[in-house]
Amino acid sequence: MYELIVIGGGPAGLAAAFAAYEKGVKDILIIERDQKLGGILNQCIHNGFGLHYFKEELTGPEYAARFIDMIQQTTINVLLDTMVLEVTENKEVHIVNKEQGYQILKTKALVFAMGCRERTRGAIGIPGSRPAGVFTAGTAQRYVNMEGYLVGKKVIILGSGDIGLIMARRMTLEGADVLACVEVMPYSGGLTRNIVQCLDDYKIPLLLSHTITEIRGKNRVEQVVVSEVDENRQTVMGTEQIFDCDTILLSVGLIPENELSRDANLELDSKTNGPFVYENMETSIPGIFACGNVVHVHDLVDFVTAESIKAGSSAASYILEQENEPTQFLNIKNGDHVTYVVPQKIREEKIDRRTELFFRVNKVFDDSQILIKSQGEILAKQKKSYIVPGEMEKIKLSKKVLDKVTNGELEICVEEVSRV
Amino acid sequence: MYDVIVIGCGIVGAATAYELSKFQLKTLVLEAENDVSLGATRANSAILHAGFDPEPGSLMAKLNVEGAERAKELCQKLSVHYNQIGSLVVAFSDEELALIQDLYERGVKNGVKDLALLDREALHIMEPNLSSESLGALHAPTAAIVNPWEFCIALAETAVRNDVEIALRNRVSAINKTDKGYKITTNKGNYQTRFVINAAGVHSDDIHNLIAEPNFEITPKRGEYYLLDKSEGTIVNHVIFQCPSSVGKGVLVSPTVHGNLVVGPNSEAIQRDDLDSGRDTRNTSEGLKNVAELAKKSLPTLNLRQSIRNFSGVRANNSVGDFILQEAAPGFIDLAGIKSPGLTSAPAIAVYGIEMLEKSAGSIFLQKEKYIDSREKIVFEELSLEEKNAVISTNDTYGRVICRCETITEGEIRTAAQSPIPPVSLDGIKRRCNAGMGRCQGGFCGPRVVEILADELNMSPLDILQDREDSYILAEATKGGH
Amino acid sequence: MKKFICIMCPKGCHLTVDEDNDYRVSGNSCNKGVKYGKAEATNPIRVVTSTVIVNGGNNQLCSVKTADGIPKKSVLEAMREINSVQLKAPVKIGDVAIENLLDTGIDVVVTSDIQAS
Repeated sequence: MYELIVIGGGPAGLAAAFAAYEKGVKDILIIERDQKLGGILNQCIHNGFGLHYFKEELTGPEYAARFIDMIQQTTINVLLDTMVLEVTENKEVHIVNKEQGYQILKTKALVFAMGCRERTRGAIGIPGSRPAGVFTAGTAQRYVNMEGYLVGKKVIILGSGDIGLIMARRMTLEGADVLACVEVMPYSGGLTRNIVQCLDDYKIPLLLSHTITEIRGKNRVEQVVVSEVDENRQTVMGTEQIFDCDTILLSVGLIPENELSRDANLELDSKTNGPFVYENMETSIPGIFACGNVVHVHDLVDFVTAESIKAGSSAASYILEQENEPTQFLNIKNGDHVTYVVPQKIREEKIDRRTELFFRVNKVFDDSQILIKSQGEILAKQKKSYIVPGEMEKIKLSKKVLDKVTNGELEICVEEVSRV
Repeated sequence: MYDVIVIGCGIVGAATAYELSKFQLKTLVLEAENDVSLGATRANSAILHAGFDPEPGSLMAKLNVEGAERAKELCQKLSVHYNQIGSLVVAFSDEELALIQDLYERGVKNGVKDLALLDREALHIMEPNLSSESLGALHAPTAAIVNPWEFCIALAETAVRNDVEIALRNRVSAINKTDKGYKITTNKGNYQTRFVINAAGVHSDDIHNLIAEPNFEITPKRGEYYLLDKSEGTIVNHVIFQCPSSVGKGVLVSPTVHGNLVVGPNSEAIQRDDLDSGRDTRNTSEGLKNVAELAKKSLPTLNLRQSIRNFSGVRANNSVGDFILQEAAPGFIDLAGIKSPGLTSAPAIAVYGIEMLEKSAGSIFLQKEKYIDSREKIVFEELSLEEKNAVISTNDTYGRVICRCETITEGEIRTAAQSPIPPVSLDGIKRRCNAGMGRCQGGFCGPRVVEILADELNMSPLDILQDREDSYILAEATKGGH
Repeated sequence: MKKFICIMCPKGCHLTVDEDNDYRVSGNSCNKGVKYGKAEATNPIRVVTSTVIVNGGNNQLCSVKTADGIPKKSVLEAMREINSVQLKAPVKIGDVAIENLLDTGIDVVVTSDIQAS
């Protein structure tokens, strides 16, 4: 019987495990399916990681190495090359690996840190033939950065999410010709920094409000047809352009990987595709915590670390203090222009002075106000000069504001503010 | 000199090769693609039909019912995934209620067992998610779902293990009569044989026309599909058919043997010169929209946003309206125009074809004294805990899960790579052990499978294909190679 | 007046640089933005991240970065330099893969650990 099992040895799992250790939990196991720790950071060889957490600019592998080094100074156990096949509601963890075969492990508490997977061509249903040469950007990244293979020479990127933008630059630097980045929305989904460094720097055109309407090619991609779309994302007839290319990289969304969460019967939020979490990252099952991309897709690993430290510390409290969880909680709802909020539930009793809410907006805002409302009444507001869907936002929520909530429900919304 | 050459290794060619492998005959199968099952066999509804649909007295009717029984037995012997879930033809109007009555009677005439007509109440107990507009259904408990490419591969592998040769990447360009039989010319060379069986799918008329006067035409029809995530796999319990109408055959919704949900097909005529171009099996936005609209008639709550893949297959519809099973020339048998219920009928078509050959030869072929008639397959996910550990202790590569979505191990992938008809592509591996079939569609396991396959084939990852010839996955090594 | 989007952190402040007024920068939220705005207007620099072949290790590549930004116009030439180097395992984060890249005074350093196999 372990005290804590952490599923996933990427940045979320590493930070959670270390935080639990620091709080006094000694019997910890991290289970990682790959052959080394670090998760997706191992293939993220670009920089931009750690600006908040370490106040340094690091590459993905360097950021991971900081935590791996910390873990190695502890008694935390690590199982590599091991797949978790199932987690039951009563915290039995079914694993399999070459050395130990199929085992069932028991634990007092769990942290789910499984990350996410990429949305595929099949999920968005791009018409056309089905030749080789269509990759999700992350898979292409793995081939280029870990195995050392260029997946193609003439590339079209669908989706201006960060992974697509990063790969536009990476492919260009390794000798490919990136013809365009095609984005269905009227704004980019990635960090502004990446638009500048990855597209503008290399004069790669960004076609907003466009999408790929057909893939052509017998055995390998030969052409794509790109068309403009209107505000309802419907194709505008007569705007077709044809690009000769041999590769398509898809950066069309990340989906939290909650197969195990479903098996364990955690309640999932359809707005995030991740489990519902409380203010301390506990899920609907006491003693099961979750953090990182498995809860909601992050843009900055620094925020993943902060969230995971919270999860690990909370798991430690759960294990060491074994208090009964308070049952009263507030629901946090997403209001106007807010796609989702995490955490979705707050137990006031567990808040010291304040907590943080993370959310995303559903359109680009210049000057705006973030409002915290209860039953239509504004309890708090904060001005913000620039909020976009591609960059997760946070707002502090003080206990004073929580005390004002009457009907057990709180709403976050965003509205435009006209400049005076 | 061969005794029999079979042209085409889809389900019909494979079933024929399997049956031929029981005899003392030197048999060769010529297949144009780089793997078996790459025609309609791997892109259909995966249903073994009960047999109430074909016209009584037709070859289709006879061979559907016989084929369904043979298929059930074969799937068991050869470890092919099969599930007899039964089918429902749903009626939405009084006109359709009369139609399913007709189908019932037709089915009885064709020898289909256990058919029943269900009223609205009984139907909704069986299928609570069906549209409330459904009025009744024809229930065929003998209908089943199968893994069609696995079926083809299993038959072909068993044939190979019984010394049948399969020559992949051989596209037939000419056939000449010789005094002993026939000379078949492909891009790889010439082959001599006493007998020929034409199982060339959408090209079966072209093959026929190389040696005989045209007497039928293939009119290829594309059918497009959605494949939904396993989360949707239990919204129905049976194959749900719609009644054929003036507009078309209707669209089906069915669980698959893997636990997914398949939705489709529509039916679009395609140009002959689009065949094998990639354009023939493409998906179109109109076609998919059409399928979606029609499917929602049966299941209004169908969540197509859970689609993980679209695909389409081209069926060998023909100008005659029935299977074309004929002796085109002395000792040259056509098993042509095999459209639905082709998958179901294939095992029976194979036997029928060999009987035709024996009649032509004027003698019965001699059976082998011993031949292999079974196939083992380890599917890790389906083993019990004890069995899993037993298999890992004999071969620890079964302890390393490569495909997370479907729980496919390195052991299964390597076994697939070493199988009697070795795959040369990622999709060939996928067809044999399911790696890459899940919701991430190979995004996670792809690079790992490429590595394993390259290792098994002793090739560079640069030469590993996605599927057909020339479908290279990788372009070049970075930094000029390493 | 030149306009840039600052890339020093993911905030992406919209900067305006007045080249007629001593390259004064406005629109920034921190000092990094001032430095960046001035540099973009006069001598834009970029950090280059890539991979380098490693021989005898448990992976065929390690990741590298330039220790600081190099002139933007030298990036493609820098890639040619980086691609010509091969390292021998083991390599550690911080090892110098290329000293003084293209005479910029900036080293290319290893950013991932590769053990000898």
